[in-house]
Amino acid sequence: MSIIYILAPIALFLGLFGVAAFLWAVNKGQFDDLETPANRMLIEDEPINKKNNKGKEL
Amino acid sequence: MSTEQVSHQGEMEQFSYDDKVVKKYILASLFWGFAALLAGVTIAFQLSSWKFNFGLEWLTFGRLRPLHTNAAIFAFVGNAIFAGVFYSLQRLAKARLFNSFMANFQFWLWQLIIAGGGLSLLLGYSHGKEYAELEWPFDIAIAIAWVLFGVNILGTLWKRREKHIYVAIWFYISTFVTVAVLHIVNSIEIPVSLMKSYPVYAGVQDALVQWWYGHNAVAFFLTTPFLGLMYYFVPKAANRPVYSYRLSIIHFWSLIFLYIWAGPHHLLYSTLPEWAQTVGMVFSVALWAPSWGGMINGLLTLRGAWDKVRRDPVLKFLATAVTFYGMATFEGPLMSIKSVNHLAHFTDWVVGHVHSGTIGWNYMMVAGIFYFMIPRIWNTTLYSVKLANLQFWTATIGLLMYMMSMWTAGITQGLMWRALDDGGRLVYPQFIETVVKIIPMYWVRAFGGVLILIGFMFMLYNIFKTIQQAKKEEEPVYQAPALSSAKPEAHAGTHRKLEGMPMVFTILALLAILVGSLIELVPTLTSHKYLAQKTFMKPYSPLELVGRDVYIKEGCYVCHSQLVRPSPDEYIRYGTVSLAEEHVYDRPFQWGSRRIGPDLARVGGKYNHMWHYKHMIDPRAVTPGSIMPVYDWLETKKYDHKTLRKKMKVMASLGVPYSEDEIDNAIENAKAQAMGIANELSESGVSKDIADKEMVALIAYLQKLGADVKQAIKDGKVIDKAGGAE
Repeated sequence: MSIIYILAPIALFLGLFGVAAFLWAVNKGQFDDLETPANRMLIEDEPINKKNNKGKEL
Repeated sequence: MSTEQVSHQGEMEQFSYDDKVVKKYILASLFWGFAALLAGVTIAFQLSSWKFNFGLEWLTFGRLRPLHTNAAIFAFVGNAIFAGVFYSLQRLAKARLFNSFMANFQFWLWQLIIAGGGLSLLLGYSHGKEYAELEWPFDIAIAIAWVLFGVNILGTLWKRREKHIYVAIWFYISTFVTVAVLHIVNSIEIPVSLMKSYPVYAGVQDALVQWWYGHNAVAFFLTTPFLGLMYYFVPKAANRPVYSYRLSIIHFWSLIFLYIWAGPHHLLYSTLPEWAQTVGMVFSVALWAPSWGGMINGLLTLRGAWDKVRRDPVLKFLATAVTFYGMATFEGPLMSIKSVNHLAHFTDWVVGHVHSGTIGWNYMMVAGIFYFMIPRIWNTTLYSVKLANLQFWTATIGLLMYMMSMWTAGITQGLMWRALDDGGRLVYPQFIETVVKIIPMYWVRAFGGVLILIGFMFMLYNIFKTIQQAKKEEEPVYQAPALSSAKPEAHAGTHRKLEGMPMVFTILALLAILVGSLIELVPTLTSHKYLAQKTFMKPYSPLELVGRDVYIKEGCYVCHSQLVRPSPDEYIRYGTVSLAEEHVYDRPFQWGSRRIGPDLARVGGKYNHMWHYKHMIDPRAVTPGSIMPVYDWLETKKYDHKTLRKKMKVMASLGVPYSEDEIDNAIENAKAQAMGIANELSESGVSKDIADKEMVALIAYLQKLGADVKQAIKDGKVIDKAGGAE
């Protein structure tokens, strides 16, 4: 089972990578606002080189 | 920084999205999806009746099944991931794809891998490790394509004009990072020739690495990218924000921390140390929480919009997909519980489970996402809502037929295997009885598959007609404030420079990956700890080694396991429970995951050479009712002796105790052993000269299986027992 000496560090590395990414995100203020991102992603981009281009409904 | 500052300070920038490459990935996914389903339906019929193997070596179940799984996962779903991620990422980041050339290069490389890889599987080039069957040149190409994908994700994020990284993107990043690591670690192998290699891991070690990879291929290829896509496309299609953005953040972080540990649930009751099995089981059960948290979050996004689900095929597919995700992630942890797993493992229950995931979750998601994207990027409307609805119902009914027949077949066969009478004897001592019993279910499954395939063809036609009526229009241009001008960060200068040098950035990322994989590789290659120094196991003889490669080439592991679990029924049916030690020379391990035929770990010495010969030429001559394909080309194809010395040298470099003499005399040694088997066969009445054919090599290997363990029991080195792995 010596493979565990390789797999465990990799898994821990991935875990630490995740922790680092999480801390980075918190420090960058990624999670300061947990309300508006969900709404803002719904706003469709309006092309500036076209008129009357609304999101197409099926 | 608030959005207000952006509007005060930010300069407006104009940009457009690269939807051309998205279109390519969509079309590729549809093309390969059809191929994957066609292969799936074919192998389903092959299990209903062996005649559907057509007597052709390239189309036997053992070779087509890996083609089906690889095509479904990497070709159909893979291309759909690239399409969905590139579409949504650009819009969420308000930035054009980092590098279109790279995305196109990745596209063609990926299609080349699929076409070449598919062909190589039909020709019998295989690693013999599930979902990782492609040989080493393809492994390298996959790593390159995958790094290009990741560089494009990260590069687009550097260029983003939206500060907040929406939750979907987190799922995309974790997909890239984890799949890269898993693929590289599981693919460390030493080439023998252009299309043959051996993994550096052996036996139990190989099994653990393989299922650590295999389970996470499900987790990070079929789940996390699609959860990201769910968090983008479900709110977009319903035009409602996700039920709880907070929950989605918790969902993401908890899911990725739990998933990576769940792999050993594929190895319960194996010779993997018990603590590792328990860890795998506990984490799998814990996955219930984040999985259902995400599922509920997706479904509740549709609160107040359920009327749309009735009308809009996009939402119909997406809502059903999320429902199937909930079902599959309920079933998965359940099957990871050891006692349940003992019944479910090696049966069709597992097959039903993976299809509720891949068809119910992935295919339904892909259909919904494609119906959402295609009218938008081709600037048109969907050709026929009716046809999409028809597709939805054929797919759903087909899938339900599939799942229910496989549940029934799996539980029936599992119960028959373990049934003991009052005297402690097997109620169904003949394995074939348990196969014949479930063949009606195989027919139901095959017709369910046909319905799914027909539904897919409706989608192909619908999309073809939709694209046909597309209006040509100039590429839309959008504008948004630049992110960096809003608030210059301390080290923004370096970022900006990197952005200006895409090639440098790419090379740096590649280097990082290569260094990472080297760090993994070196200790493995230099360590001889993997081999038991003193063992009762004798290394494979040259002929047995060649025979083992024939076994792998024909995909025997697809239907036959090599693992006797510690329970009375398995002990009675097969023999001594498997030991960790007996796999020390197995590169790759061949424990298998499904017993369509009986376990072979103890088959050595059970039958004479002639039985095996007859069984390969006409399985039904020795086992009436058998569904095994005919393997008559084994007595006409010569076994490969040219690479034999090289194979043994590679094995010796990995620590297998082959002496230089043995390696030098390998070919003569193999010939002598082959002659012995051939002579015995000709005495039994085989008139053909088959001493240099694959048949004798395979028989030599089969007779070796379990032989050393049986000898060790005779010599008193190993205690023959039913329970407890060691």
